[in-house]
Amino acid sequence: MADTDTESPAAQEDAPPSDDRRERLLEDLRPLLGDAIVSTHIDVGHDLYLRVDRAQWADIGTRLRDRGFQFFDFLSAIDWMASPFGRSMESYVDTIVAGEDPTAPPADMSMIGSGYAGGDTRFQLLARLYSVSESIGVVLKSDLPDDDLTIGSWSRVFGGASWHERETWEMFGITFTGHPGLRHIYLPGDFEGHPLRKDFPLLARHVKPWPGIVDVESMPGDDEGGN
Amino acid sequence: MATPTLPERSQLAYIASQAADSRLNVEIETEGMTLNIGPQHPATHGTLRIVAKLDGEQVIAAEPIMGYMHRGYEKLSEVRTYPQVTALVNRIDWMGSFANEVPFILAAEKLMEVEAPPRAQWIRTILFELSRIANVVLFLGDMAVQVGAITPVFYAFRDREYVLNQIEAVTGGRFHPNFDRIGGLKDDLPAGWIADTKAVLTKVDAFCDQLDTLLLGNEIFQARCRGVGVIPADVALSYGLSGANLRASGVDHDLRRDDPSGLVHDQIDWKVWTHPDGDSFARYWVRLQEVREAIKMVGQLLDGIPSGPIMAKVPRIIKVPAGEAYVATENPLGQMGYYVLSDGDLNPFRVKIRTPSFNNISICPWLLRGVYVPDIVTILGSLYFILGDIDR
Repeated sequence: MADTDTESPAAQEDAPPSDDRRERLLEDLRPLLGDAIVSTHIDVGHDLYLRVDRAQWADIGTRLRDRGFQFFDFLSAIDWMASPFGRSMESYVDTIVAGEDPTAPPADMSMIGSGYAGGDTRFQLLARLYSVSESIGVVLKSDLPDDDLTIGSWSRVFGGASWHERETWEMFGITFTGHPGLRHIYLPGDFEGHPLRKDFPLLARHVKPWPGIVDVESMPGDDEGGN
Repeated sequence: MATPTLPERSQLAYIASQAADSRLNVEIETEGMTLNIGPQHPATHGTLRIVAKLDGEQVIAAEPIMGYMHRGYEKLSEVRTYPQVTALVNRIDWMGSFANEVPFILAAEKLMEVEAPPRAQWIRTILFELSRIANVVLFLGDMAVQVGAITPVFYAFRDREYVLNQIEAVTGGRFHPNFDRIGGLKDDLPAGWIADTKAVLTKVDAFCDQLDTLLLGNEIFQARCRGVGVIPADVALSYGLSGANLRASGVDHDLRRDDPSGLVHDQIDWKVWTHPDGDSFARYWVRLQEVREAIKMVGQLLDGIPSGPIMAKVPRIIKVPAGEAYVATENPLGQMGYYVLSDGDLNPFRVKIRTPSFNNISICPWLLRGVYVPDIVTILGSLYFILGDIDR
């Protein structure tokens, strides 16, 4: 999954013609972004992934916008920590039968991986810009260290980034320096916690257990199944 | 207190008159007022609230407040299997539900490296475009209500119902079809459906012509919409506006043509409509043309459905290989995309849902500044958002 190699042999074998476009785009962007690029990945025929330096994030937005990536697609974040609540999909009944303590967190709480273009930290910022004239998009990522969840704001570069940053701030607890007003956008003003973090429990699943992946209830007219 | 002597009095009067003059010269001072529109307002298609600070009849600041319908689909998707997610995303843009399922299913298919058989792709595209017709036809009628004409919305509800009936005949659901599957579709088309759908298309086409003569040339409609809520192209792009809102600002961009991702729009003959003006009228005009274009598209698609299976071979328990995929399609409201991150399990690790209305409405503080109060409603109407699509 942590495939940072842009020229894997498999990519060259079944590369559709559009892949050359992204190779060329990447070569175009290298001098523009310079040492801000940490690693890259080309998802053949689909997207170009760039992991960039956190300190230069706001500046990168300006440079890419002036390069032609004027369409602001979205901005969000990824929490790479494995959920301490498991997948919340097994019913309590099933896990108790299997001899497990349903309330115990799973043994492995490490990060599950780091995705395309890599990543070293728990939180990773994620954004996508698009060039309408070239019909090509670029996915940007940036690592945020746990002890300093701040990054430059794009609100002065892209008008639409302001609301996306407010959402990311309330859902993940990432602060955007230079944002004119980081206020709650969906949640009530006095809400505590950051719901899209993996360690924020989905209470609905804890109040009433999910029936599980397999249908355990018998269907009407089903003589053999059920109780 | 002693009466001021004459020089003092004239001095005070002079100061007072200067102060009054300076106020007059800047602007006539009026008391500011805060107007609260919504959350329950017919123009908001759900529960959007707009707090507008007014100076007289003019808006000096407007701030949309949402979250009254936030259901947390991104979090909920993390604890559901891939096939279960389509039932959730149906409820994002509830006017064109089927179109919501398509980009998510395409993203999952891309990660699984599964391709739906041609017949499924064609039927998907037909239902996708029928969703667009059902969705936008209601807008065409509803926009008339925002400017005070009542009649068109009844025609719109009547003719939308024909389209919904056709969707229901295939999927079993008027609003929440939950019909798209990873690797194809749940079912094939019912017998006689193609002929029925063609008849419906004729009716909707007549509705479009009717609106053209009833509304577009109407003096009141033009006066309320022309030159109102103008969005320049660069501002539209920087706010991430998409769909007809972007094309009405003169940006020739349509994902169906420029970045096709699994539907068969590239195999039929159609065109992308744009309008240079960027005002409320342009947005209405572009949407009207798009409904007509969608009618033509479905007509061609119905004639060319290939035969064959409607499901590819997929395992019964769907585990999606680890990877990331972002797939966006040109939905009725604009560009809708799903960023699906899989860790190789039964459920997605992270789903970012990029909805068109969230970006489309984020321009409101910029766009509503300086407009007059009655124009708030027509501008909101012409931006055309669905609350479920903002709040997710």
